[in-house]
Amino acid sequence: MPSVSTSANGLLQLQLTVNGKAVRAEVEPRTLLVELIRDILDLPGTHIGCDTSFCGACTVLLNGRSAKSCTLLAVQADGGELLTVEGLERDGKLHPVQQAFAENHGLQCGFCTPGMMISAVHLLEHEPKPSEQQIRKAIAGNCCRCTGYQNIFRSVAAAAGMMKG
Amino acid sequence: MYPRPFTYHRAASLKDAAATLAELGPEAKLLAGGQSLVPLMKLRLSSPAALIDVGHIQGLNYIRAENGAFRIGALARHTDMAQSAAARHVPILHDCAAGIADVQVRNWGTVVGSIAEADPTGDWAPVLLVLDTEVECLANHGRRSLGLAGFIQDAFTTALRPGEVMQELRVKATERGSGGCYLAFKRCAPVYASASVAVQLALEGATCRQARVALGAVALTPVVATESAKALEGSDLNAKSIARAAEAAAASCEPPCDGRGSTEYKRALIRKLFTQAVNVAARRARGESVEVSHHYA
Ligand SMILES: Cc1cc2nc3c(=O)[nH]c(=O)nc-3n(C[C@H](O)[C@H](O)[C@H](O)COP(=O)(O)OP(=O)(O)OC[C@H]3O[C@@H](n4cnc5c(N)ncnc54)[C@H](O)[C@@H]3O)c2cc1C
Ligand code: FES
Ligand code: FES
Repeated sequence: MPSVSTSANGLLQLQLTVNGKAVRAEVEPRTLLVELIRDILDLPGTHIGCDTSFCGACTVLLNGRSAKSCTLLAVQADGGELLTVEGLERDGKLHPVQQAFAENHGLQCGFCTPGMMISAVHLLEHEPKPSEQQIRKAIAGNCCRCTGYQNIFRSVAAAAGMMKG
Repeated sequence: MYPRPFTYHRAASLKDAAATLAELGPEAKLLAGGQSLVPLMKLRLSSPAALIDVGHIQGLNYIRAENGAFRIGALARHTDMAQSAAARHVPILHDCAAGIADVQVRNWGTVVGSIAEADPTGDWAPVLLVLDTEVECLANHGRRSLGLAGFIQDAFTTALRPGEVMQELRVKATERGSGGCYLAFKRCAPVYASASVAVQLALEGATCRQARVALGAVALTPVVATESAKALEGSDLNAKSIARAAEAAAASCEPPCDGRGSTEYKRALIRKLFTQAVNVAARRARGESVEVSHHYA
């Protein structure tokens, strides 16, 4: 991506793949990635919790790497591949991580859940059989105000089991 | 939260970035992973008129061994470092890389960006100061190489000149019989350290032949604790000599009293972290493989 086109009014024209689909969007240079996702692409599953890089509710995968989308500019995703929580479900079937969160009470209010699940997906892509310690470390950047985390650890471990089988 | 408006420039290479920086002047800034810059811009603590994005340049995330040193490219991320051969060879690099913030931040933040930021509570500076680290700088008119100690001048201030960018860091590989350790105290994962200690030791039998000590988050710049290192050098490593050196480390800084704790509290953290770090460093110097984790409140 050596160059980016700019329209006459100073907007940047981005091209990226979002949940498997090619997408074009116009943004200001200062637009945050989470704003592109929620307000322009109309994918409100990615949440804004703290808006200060702390809580992880806004976590997405960009080029396979988990990221806090409130802490990246939209233009950093130009030419990239983005996965949001909406992209987890395939052909009406829940992703094993979604299924495991539902079955193991991995959520209460659900506000942290999209980010939590993306962090879990990122972990399981790199570590299909994580230890409890690895699960804890993997979601150290995701805050949950409801569950006390125990059921989240269980959900991630259960998802690992489902994906192996 | 919105940053102030700025113009956006995408660099095709670091050379191109340096040329654009020279052209746009001091109101322009480089953007690497954005993990320091974007939060600061959202809070409007930093409002550059222009950003020069180096993040789309291919091939800059290398960490390579060459001529007895590790070359760390401008886009090598904390995660790249944690998984690198360099971090296996020099465990203190792993201690640092794997302990920064959380997975999301480590996936995007770069080692070079962290040194360029010169945040007094950043983790990389104390670690790279106890190793031999050179900063390779690039500008329109050529390159120069600076020792890391001279590169960090003050809080958030480096020796980079107008129009100059950091090309890479070069870290000398450690020898056999040398071992190091980095430990930080953090209130939780996605925050900066309250205090931290980096130690690198060379042993000959039970005797410490050479020691280097640096402290993080306890002054406006990382503190190279020479008195503490001297207290270890030439002595047998035992509870008494380590306690003396820990006291010297605590005395070598005047930590600011702030939301992370009082001056005395942070001195107490330094003593404790130092003692643990020296013990782990000594075991590693003897060839043991030891895994450590930062302390969280
Ligand atoms: C929630 C959170 C927690 C964090 N916790 C920690 C922590 O515990 N410890 C820690 O050490 N860090 C921490 N960080 C900061 C993180 O390590 C940053 O990634 C790093 O400091 C900057 O790297 P970057 O690539 O993101 O740089 P950017 O944010 O893109 O840039 C930072 C600065 O460096 C300059 N710069 C970047 N590259 C170059 C270059 N090649 N030449 C010249 N100038 C350059 C930029 O202009 C800018 O001024 C945290 C960040 C967040 C968001
Ligand atoms: S909203 Fe992004 S980290 Fe909290
Ligand atoms: S379920 Fe409510 S914040 Fe996690």
